Amino acid sequence: MKSIFAILWKDLLLELKTKESFLSMLTFGLLILVLFNFAFEPTPEMKRAITPGLLWITFLFSGILGLNRSFSLEKENMAIHGMLLAPIDRSLVFFGKFGANLIILFVTELCTLPFFLLFLNMPLFEHFWLILGIILLGTIGFVSVGTLFSAMATSTKMREVMLPLLLFPISTPILLAGVACVRDILAGEAFAEYRHWFSLLVAFDVIFLVVPSLVFEYAIEE
Amino acid sequence: MKSKYEQVFSQDNIATKLLGYALLFAMFFSFLLIAWYAPTERTMGFVQKIFYYHVPSAWNAFLAFGVVFVCSILYLTSRDRKWDILAASSVEIGVIFSLIVLITGPIWAKPVWGVWWSWEPRLTTTLILFLIYVAYLLLRYFSGQGQRTANFSAVLGIVGFLVVPLVYTSVNWWSPEAQVHPQRIGMGPNMQVAFFVSLFTFTLLYVYLLIRRVRVAYADAAVEDLRQQND
Repeated sequence: MKSIFAILWKDLLLELKTKESFLSMLTFGLLILVLFNFAFEPTPEMKRAITPGLLWITFLFSGILGLNRSFSLEKENMAIHGMLLAPIDRSLVFFGKFGANLIILFVTELCTLPFFLLFLNMPLFEHFWLILGIILLGTIGFVSVGTLFSAMATSTKMREVMLPLLLFPISTPILLAGVACVRDILAGEAFAEYRHWFSLLVAFDVIFLVVPSLVFEYAIEE
Repeated sequence: MKSKYEQVFSQDNIATKLLGYALLFAMFFSFLLIAWYAPTERTMGFVQKIFYYHVPSAWNAFLAFGVVFVCSILYLTSRDRKWDILAASSVEIGVIFSLIVLITGPIWAKPVWGVWWSWEPRLTTTLILFLIYVAYLLLRYFSGQGQRTANFSAVLGIVGFLVVPLVYTSVNWWSPEAQVHPQRIGMGPNMQVAFFVSLFTFTLLYVYLLIRRVRVAYADAAVEDLRQQND
């Protein structure tokens, strides 16, 4: 447990000092929102229809930026060797990196949300906690698989290009379930309406928290 | 002396050659069955014949990816390179067959459903699978040779297959009204014969292609070894 927090804190401290991931993800998310508005010129009804999808697209795309940095940072100056030499189980390294990535991405998402209120007139505060919960659930699954793949992608020739190619197809269930949940919540539906989507999100999170922690040692091995 | 396992993949293996000739005959025979023995479907007409290639291709794709999953686990537990070679070869074949599904699907869909593409659960799942395993091949391509590549591939082979039920469930819920594939296929006896012969033939084709592909992979590895010896 202590080693998980050591890694997590190291990454968070680095992020707090530089704010590199946070700022680039936030700016990138904002850009996506602006570009989508230009591309579609949404009417008020259209805005309502595209908000849930745009929300998740923005999160997934800016999430890629942060996840890419997560391990390329370790590769610089060969910091990863130090981490691998530490006498701890590799799955603890995974959970440390996962925790840091999760917190950084989730905080960025929180800061992106007001722009949805501003640009898309999203009724954010009516169901604030529910939406936040769904976003957290989706982000957990995405970041978990993302952390695993990020470790692999940074060791390939193509580095940054490889991660979205690996991660996006696998994330399809998260995108669909996340969009459906947010759409139903914004429409004021009862929980029973989107319960199956909710359980799909939970199932994804459970499976893809367990599996990556088991196979992570093969993804960072030199 | 070659091990029994390696003998299967050697160039002059008699059984493999026989399998090749048997396959040639079976393919031709199954084509005859499909073309003449199986009746033309009542409502869809001649275009329904593509079914005898579409469905077995889908079966082969799933079979191939299932083999990848099993081989990936075996590789990570044993670290025996043969499982990695088997998995990577199977991915290539699976990608080809899912591509065939994705091509024959729209050809069939246009006259029957009226559109080339419908975001329909099975078609969509095949597309996502195709994308996952194309990424697998890219990953291998971009990370070169060696054990690291084998490890990465195995990880992706496991994760990629585990996500399949979730992908299917989600795209199914996403557009339930788009479920246009028949849930159960009513086939006359002649159609059944043609279908199962075709399915069997395609499964043989998968096995044969896999053996051939693995042989090429071993040849590649041998060339690589020679190159390193000369350096």
